[in-house]
Amino acid sequence: MKGNALFAFACALTLLLVTSATAEAHGLIGKRFFPATLATDDPFVADELSLPTISYLKLRGTEEAPPTRQFDLSGEFSKRLSADLGISLAGTFIILDPDGGSSVNGFDNLEVSAKYVFFKSAAHELLLSLGLGWDVGGTGSKKVDAESFDTWTPQLFFGKGFGDLPDQLELMKPFAITGALGLAIPSRVHTKTFETDEDGNVDVKKPLNATVFQWGFSFQYNLQYLQSYVRDVGLPAPINRMVPIVELVLETPVDGRNAGHTTGTVNPGIIWFGKYFQLGIEAVIPVNHDVSKNVGALAQIHFYLDDILPQVFTWTPFHGVLGPTQP
Amino acid sequence: MSRLLAVAALLLFPSWAGAHAFPDHSEPRVGHTVEASPPSVRIWFDGQIEPVFSKIRVEDGDKRQVDKGDSRVDPADGTLLEVGLPALPPGRYRVYWSVVARDGHRTEGDFAFRVK
Repeated sequence: MKGNALFAFACALTLLLVTSATAEAHGLIGKRFFPATLATDDPFVADELSLPTISYLKLRGTEEAPPTRQFDLSGEFSKRLSADLGISLAGTFIILDPDGGSSVNGFDNLEVSAKYVFFKSAAHELLLSLGLGWDVGGTGSKKVDAESFDTWTPQLFFGKGFGDLPDQLELMKPFAITGALGLAIPSRVHTKTFETDEDGNVDVKKPLNATVFQWGFSFQYNLQYLQSYVRDVGLPAPINRMVPIVELVLETPVDGRNAGHTTGTVNPGIIWFGKYFQLGIEAVIPVNHDVSKNVGALAQIHFYLDDILPQVFTWTPFHGVLGPTQP
Repeated sequence: MSRLLAVAALLLFPSWAGAHAFPDHSEPRVGHTVEASPPSVRIWFDGQIEPVFSKIRVEDGDKRQVDKGDSRVDPADGTLLEVGLPALPPGRYRVYWSVVARDGHRTEGDFAFRVK
């Protein structure tokens, strides 16, 4: 019995540690509530759990691979170490289903990240933070092309609500923007591969592992903010806790043969937030046809652990129990 | 195993825990114009709030406090925060509130209303 309990606990912990690609946080600054965004990271540190995040996109075919449907099942556990410092562990299970072929699946590399909030202005609903992401090379499956090398991503995050606009523009006050700018730097410049032809000749290839500028934004209109602080327009539940959102998720290699060529998606969607969790769903629309010609989908359940059980989930080794996130 | 069960139970039955209290509705309504000076400003929250640490204040267009200073949580309804008002002349007023939910979550906000 004890062995089974330990095994179940280990499985739960593994699930928390091994699942997700995207990193999110929710938070309050002044009277502004920012929900956790689905596809981009936002500037807050929090005690929270995204589980699961599910995405689907049909990738276009290339010279080396047929058109392929990609399903990602991911999760992320985030923990504050102080009021302004947090860490996250995330992982993604990838399922690739190529046209005319058999599907393959496996875990992508484990992602570890740290974030520090260095500026807060409640009056201007403004938050700035710095982060460092670590894609841990070799922890994922080669079947789904998980890299064998580490990738380090220094990041700058911002969040800005527009509640400080003049009253003449009051209907713009519920509007908010978050952004994340990062540079993904591979620890290995080239990855050496060996291919042997029919005659036994060995061909050595050393493709460049590009450094990639990652940039993402979310544009949000918070209906709870409208209803509670600007104008009671009589929205009923659950609409009064919805946030229409558009996320932009883009990346641009800074070297290699695709240097300067941007790919990514535009994700219009909606988030509903409750007291203890939020639900989000977005369409995934490629900005060009380089990656996909099709529209995909993204959905997520996200738990506010600091609200569910603050005495447990906001405990820190050096600062005691932080309590729930505060404005 | 008991630790797992405890966490699972709290995830499934979060009413055992707490969360930030957000306004549900108010009188006068947020951003609206009323025909005559209201006797009080009342805000109903979506959860129980702590009487000692929850406050409400009303200011006029010159940022002068105009309420009666008797801000309180209704003893019969732990979600209702209110403050009395004297007879207000026509104009625009702003309500500032700050509440602490029963488990320590703090939220704050403000909104305007107009007296015709």
